[in-house]
Amino acid sequence: MVAHVETGHAPRNRFIAFASRWLLTTNHKEIGTLYLCLSFGLFFIAGAMAMMMRIELFEPGIQVIDPLIYNQVLTLHGLVMVFGAVMPAFVGLANWMIPLMIGAPDMALPRLNNFSFWILPFAFLILLSSLFMEGGAPNFGWTFYAPLSTTYGPPSTDFFILGVHLMGISSILGAINIIVTIVNLRAPGMTYMKMPLFVWTWFITAFLLIMVMPVLAGCVTMMLTDRHFGTSFFEAAGGGDPVMFQHIFWFFGHPEVYIMILPGFGIASQIIPTFARKKLFGYHSMVYATAAIAFLSFIVWGHHMFTTGMPLFAELFFMYATMLIAVPTGVKVFNWVATMWRGSMTFETPMLFAIGFVMMFTIGGFSGLMLALVPADVQYHDTYFVVAHFHYVLYPGAIFGTMAAVYYWLPKWCGNMYDERLGKIHFWTATFAVNLTFFPMHFTGLAGMPRRIPDYSMQFADFNMVSSVGSWLLGLTQVLFLYIVIKTVRGGEKATDEVWEGAEGLEWTVPSPAPLHTFDTPPVIGDGDHR
Amino acid sequence: MQRSPDRRRCDSLSPARALKSGLAIAALCVIPCVSIADAIDMRPGVTELSQRIQQIHHMSFWVCVVVGIVVFGAMFYTMFAHSRSRNPEPADFSENTQIEIIWTVIPVLILVGMAIPATSALRDIENNEDSDLTIVVTGSQWKWHYRYLDAPISFYSLMATPQEQVQNLQPKGEFYLLDVDNPLVLPTNKKVRFLVTSDDVIHSWWVPDLAVKQDAIPGFINEAWARVPVTGVFRGQCAELCGLDHAYMPVVVDVRPEDEFDAWIEEQRLAAELAGEAAVAARAKTWTMDELLPIGEEVFVTHCATCHERDGEGQGAKYPALNRGVITTGPIEGHIDQVMNGKAGTEMQAWAPQLSDLEIAAVITYERNSWDNALGDIVQPLTIYEAR
Amino acid sequence: MNRPPRRRQTLLLGVLAVGMFGFAFALVPLYDIFCEITGLNGKTSNQAALLEEVQSTSAAETNRLVTINLLGQVARGLPWEFQPVETELVVRPGELTVTTYHARNRGTKTVVAQAVPSVSPGRAAKHLKKIECFCFEAQELAPGAAIDMPVRFLVDSELPPEIIALTLSYTMFPLPDAEAGQILSRNEGNQ
Repeated sequence: MVAHVETGHAPRNRFIAFASRWLLTTNHKEIGTLYLCLSFGLFFIAGAMAMMMRIELFEPGIQVIDPLIYNQVLTLHGLVMVFGAVMPAFVGLANWMIPLMIGAPDMALPRLNNFSFWILPFAFLILLSSLFMEGGAPNFGWTFYAPLSTTYGPPSTDFFILGVHLMGISSILGAINIIVTIVNLRAPGMTYMKMPLFVWTWFITAFLLIMVMPVLAGCVTMMLTDRHFGTSFFEAAGGGDPVMFQHIFWFFGHPEVYIMILPGFGIASQIIPTFARKKLFGYHSMVYATAAIAFLSFIVWGHHMFTTGMPLFAELFFMYATMLIAVPTGVKVFNWVATMWRGSMTFETPMLFAIGFVMMFTIGGFSGLMLALVPADVQYHDTYFVVAHFHYVLYPGAIFGTMAAVYYWLPKWCGNMYDERLGKIHFWTATFAVNLTFFPMHFTGLAGMPRRIPDYSMQFADFNMVSSVGSWLLGLTQVLFLYIVIKTVRGGEKATDEVWEGAEGLEWTVPSPAPLHTFDTPPVIGDGDHR
Repeated sequence: MQRSPDRRRCDSLSPARALKSGLAIAALCVIPCVSIADAIDMRPGVTELSQRIQQIHHMSFWVCVVVGIVVFGAMFYTMFAHSRSRNPEPADFSENTQIEIIWTVIPVLILVGMAIPATSALRDIENNEDSDLTIVVTGSQWKWHYRYLDAPISFYSLMATPQEQVQNLQPKGEFYLLDVDNPLVLPTNKKVRFLVTSDDVIHSWWVPDLAVKQDAIPGFINEAWARVPVTGVFRGQCAELCGLDHAYMPVVVDVRPEDEFDAWIEEQRLAAELAGEAAVAARAKTWTMDELLPIGEEVFVTHCATCHERDGEGQGAKYPALNRGVITTGPIEGHIDQVMNGKAGTEMQAWAPQLSDLEIAAVITYERNSWDNALGDIVQPLTIYEAR
Repeated sequence: MNRPPRRRQTLLLGVLAVGMFGFAFALVPLYDIFCEITGLNGKTSNQAALLEEVQSTSAAETNRLVTINLLGQVARGLPWEFQPVETELVVRPGELTVTTYHARNRGTKTVVAQAVPSVSPGRAAKHLKKIECFCFEAQELAPGAAIDMPVRFLVDSELPPEIIALTLSYTMFPLPDAEAGQILSRNEGNQ
């Protein structure tokens, strides 16, 4: 693809050429690939941490990892999955697909693009290296509530703060790039209301990122000054307030939740019409619903804090606002069903993952609605019911969404079709395993099992055993996914340019595999053209 | 899953087939499900509020089930009926404002219907006025402290499950991890107000059967209440990650009839007096190493071993080793100060308010004369008394 | 490649990001204002109220009684004993009340500590006016020294009628070494 011309002498030269190609690339496709590879790697690291926790939770008692290590693994699992697996995967997809979908030759700020990617490996190197530091890795959960993370945090907390800053900078720069690309580089004739939904959802997500990642940065900066420079933002002794930490954290944290799902909505909205061979139902309402969800995400943060002793009126406000989110989310689900309705559907792997996404995300949405009711939240809060809820939203939501996207666009990226039979096996086993892992967690939570504990009483034993077995199976299915992806990249049946017969959109007008440079002359979109 | 040689047929049939097998599995599940319904339900609890909360849980659950049946039913139907083999020509519609309005308005109405009972229950949960009894609940790494404001009674409540059970050296008891040395004793049918706070990090005091979950926040007090109409022992746990032994700080509430509760209060008063006398006697006596070591070992195992480990080797830099430790082999005054007053900014807490003179003397003696430490020092309870 | 609009937009978005970073810090005073208005967390004012001012706006009520529970907590790392001399007071709204907290340093070092007040229910906090309080400044105690610290306060008559009991709690926190050092040296300078 790219000139290796002067190489081929010594292996050393080849290595330098290879390294400098990937280190210095400003091509959106190559950077997209880098993001996806990094995210895949971190997904396995964070997944291995989940396996460790499930081994410990297989039965009551302490068997394999003691509480000291458990809390560190728990924290890093959350942080790496959120910031390392899900977010870079979506940014990678955005890098690859947004220019292709809007007919742009590249991202608007290619050098910035390179920079925002290459920050990330260092951020995670710093974060993960804390495991080997004196005093261990951060052990306060991915929500790092003060004062557990400030006064009582291990020395490595400073490295955690640095890591979060770097991730934040990377995300903000990536988001700026995406917005500037979408605003400036759309092909002639592609109005905003003609943009594919994946582009729309990312456009809104990018604004969310720019709005909330700096708040997270501010939050960890306050932690840093509290720890070392004598301020007391979160220190009651100096007039600060640990509850304020939670307000600031969740002011970031709740929009963050939508950052991790909106691009998934966009992916489902691309895939379902393709395989239903029918236009997306209610395009406009999809866009408005996405914007509504993004707006509401800024005024519901308090629902993470119902047990902190909020005044009644605040609890009521956050309860009503949270319940309101069900409305635009419902509209989206109904629109997807209406898109399928009277279509002419086939069920290739991307479609299966997209349908699985819609259904299991909806289950997570249901438990989210239940959690919004404050009286019931008194019983659900900080139990496995919450763990079940957010894993339903994130695993069969964000991660299945990413997998659907990979199966859908992989033939375009590498020019080869994936193995449909293996893809289907992957989908069905992963779906089975996801439900086996996370569904019983609803029951353990309702029975009263708190989250974030390495050991539990006898009454929770049965369901935990089921969850553990499910999680190991789930881990195995993702090894299969890795195998499928590698196999597809290395060869296989050649994909056509269009790849899917029902597919519409500019990305399918370029050859498969997509050449390094596309749309050097912008395509022209007519009035009657598809979205 | 069976594989059909014809790919297209496979494509169109797989969800339908999945639906059928799904229904079969569901049918098989229904029968045992009825009997395990209790096992997968929210606990009803024993108070009026906890039962109302369970009803709200049921209401929202069934609303979700009905909506789920409609939405998933439509999805399965369309996957079955509108697959390419059954419906080769896709329809051509993509907008319908009317239906969009309908499926915006109907959810709003359902939500309003759910919000009404939730709001009314919440008002009652937040009504902390008119209590008969007030208890200050203080979370502390990793134990609870209870203080009765209406009687001179206060005590720590620690997990009673032995480490041997945690380490799988002994069979686990019925109340594994949910047993404490001193449960909180409450009378029936009294409105009990809990003032919840913390000494160090954020904890959360939770008893599912009383539907009380309140965060314990250092520097601030939160209120919650319960009126328990029945007697019994109700168990819960700390619900907010609070460090190393977050899993090991259970809450046990023992609800007794009013007369028995009054008798218990009296008993506690007497016990406190006796303890006072015992402390005076302990001070008057000069203890030998042999007398102190077993007492010290017991205190060490209960209070110190979670962090510093039984072999005194600690756990990394955060929980330093006491074997050949700087303080445990250093000047005795420093050792006494550290144990009595703790170390700021770490989990090492002040034990002076928690342990008796004898216990502190014994544990310091134990630490200075165990493992490889052989200083031969004996600390007398009188020394501790004077250091207070 | 970089045409002017693109550069301008990048800059604008960058400014937005920096602005949001600043907003995170602006949340701190905003939160305090919000707490003061709503009584979130039961924070009381850390400024002394003027007795005349409060009494002129709040006439003493004769037929209403409010029970006040007093609590004293000691945070981790402070080798102090600290408790109220009286644990329960019955007061009339609008009437000046004086009570005392007792503190003693059990430790072997001079320690500076700061009391943090908290009132429950939170919405009662702004009606509890403190004329004099040991929580307005840090307290210093030499090893073995003890001190009785008065609190003079009144509950104003605007206290919502449904509140018949409230709790005033103080938690003593050890001050971080740096801050404590400053206070210690300042006190020495005064002597």
